[in-house]
Amino acid sequence: MTMPKTSAEIQSLLEEMAETIREELADKDPLLVGIHTGGVWVAKALQNILGEDFFDAPLGTLNIAYYRDDFTRIGMHPQVSPSDLPFEVDNRHLVLVDDIFYSGRTTRAALNEIFDYGRPASVTLAVLIERNGRELPIRPDIVGASVTLPRNQHLKLRNKDGLQLEIRAAGALDAE
Amino acid sequence: MPSNQLTESGQLRHFLTIEGLKRPLLTEIMDRAEQFSGISHRQVKKVPLLRGKTIINLFFENSTRTRSTFELAAKRLSADVMNFNINTSATSKGESLLDTLHNLEAMHTDMFVVRHNQSGAAEFIAQHVAPHVSVINAGDGCHAHPTQAMLDMFTIRRHKQDFANLRVAIIGDILHSRVARSQIQALATLGVGEIRVIGPQTLLPRESQTLGVHVYHDMEGGLEGVDVIITLRLQLERMQGALLPSAREYFRCYGLTEEKLKYAKPDAIVMHPGPINRGVEIASSVADGPQSVILEQVTHGIAIRMAVMSMALASQSEQAEIE
Repeated sequence: MTMPKTSAEIQSLLEEMAETIREELADKDPLLVGIHTGGVWVAKALQNILGEDFFDAPLGTLNIAYYRDDFTRIGMHPQVSPSDLPFEVDNRHLVLVDDIFYSGRTTRAALNEIFDYGRPASVTLAVLIERNGRELPIRPDIVGASVTLPRNQHLKLRNKDGLQLEIRAAGALDAE
Repeated sequence: MPSNQLTESGQLRHFLTIEGLKRPLLTEIMDRAEQFSGISHRQVKKVPLLRGKTIINLFFENSTRTRSTFELAAKRLSADVMNFNINTSATSKGESLLDTLHNLEAMHTDMFVVRHNQSGAAEFIAQHVAPHVSVINAGDGCHAHPTQAMLDMFTIRRHKQDFANLRVAIIGDILHSRVARSQIQALATLGVGEIRVIGPQTLLPRESQTLGVHVYHDMEGGLEGVDVIITLRLQLERMQGALLPSAREYFRCYGLTEEKLKYAKPDAIVMHPGPINRGVEIASSVADGPQSVILEQVTHGIAIRMAVMSMALASQSEQAEIE
């Protein structure tokens, strides 16, 4: 698939994702959880499309910084807002949202963190973009678009005048 | 001033003293503590950040609060913690401090948390540990107690918005207090508007005026218009050293009672690093009263220590990357 870049293209992907969430989870009183920072933007956009009442509680947010697997390699990550799950996760159906699915390591960290809050009935992973380069046996359930990129290129979601995708050389992204 | 508590890029490698640290680093410690404080409210009260790290609490001096909050902080970060009780250790059989240290290092320790009754002990240990080991000062003699000062700053920030407009009074034995020394350095670095110390002449340092600190010998003047009141534990051995007439006399002059508390602003908060001598430096009705945040200080100690430990061990990762 070609790379969706503009806000309009992304909006139509979000609408398709929202439709799938509605079909699969409407009768399960699902709860929504976004991963900082891009996943929270995508989750909010999905919430806007599905309506205030679709999810059973306000949006939960996860900061997976303390669950990453690279502390001994690169130390502390820059500070982002702390995790905030304003609901009990026990026996609930969660929709976990991220912007870009790449190695699967972020999802691994997020799942570990969620289980430190309790035992959900199920977790459905929804991502705006799935790209090649998976390193773990984890894959998303609901995908806006799948794209193939050279390994030295990274995707970054921006939130400036709406959501937009940028392709950047690996070094430029690591420097952030 | 210790030269080696920061890495070349300005990250915390050891945490020995507040002295010489810049405001952004103190703010980062508090911001990170703010993020860690939520963990204590979750079903599983820990995160895997320091999984596999080994931390040794090396306490050459008694402590309940500090040692147990360091231990809990390390455990909430998933580190393995060992409490090394010096009274039952080989040191009491005559092994030298450095021999003890090198033996503990040989057990692949990543961090020492050190309390000692000699000023400079933590820095001495920091100078002799291997490059991949961090040292946190949990109180050395009359010198410094930097994590206590930071948890106090964190508590103040939780209650008062802006450090610049604050008037803070510290009451008691400033001269012998490592807590007061670290607090004054932290308050000054964070740009607190006015720092006051209150106490009898025998317990106030001569240089306090040169540090920009205002000195008061009476509670009425010293507490007037104050936003934050920090009472210090009066060490009873001071009485034996003839610096003070009696505990009763001290309470009459400098004990924080409800009457004296009225000199401060109505929304002033009352702090104490513990353990409290009730009826000596503070009345029970104030320690347990609505303006007291003493137990909050204990809770905040865990988050501050989580922040400092993770930042210091993170800088070790950074070192490893450079090598």
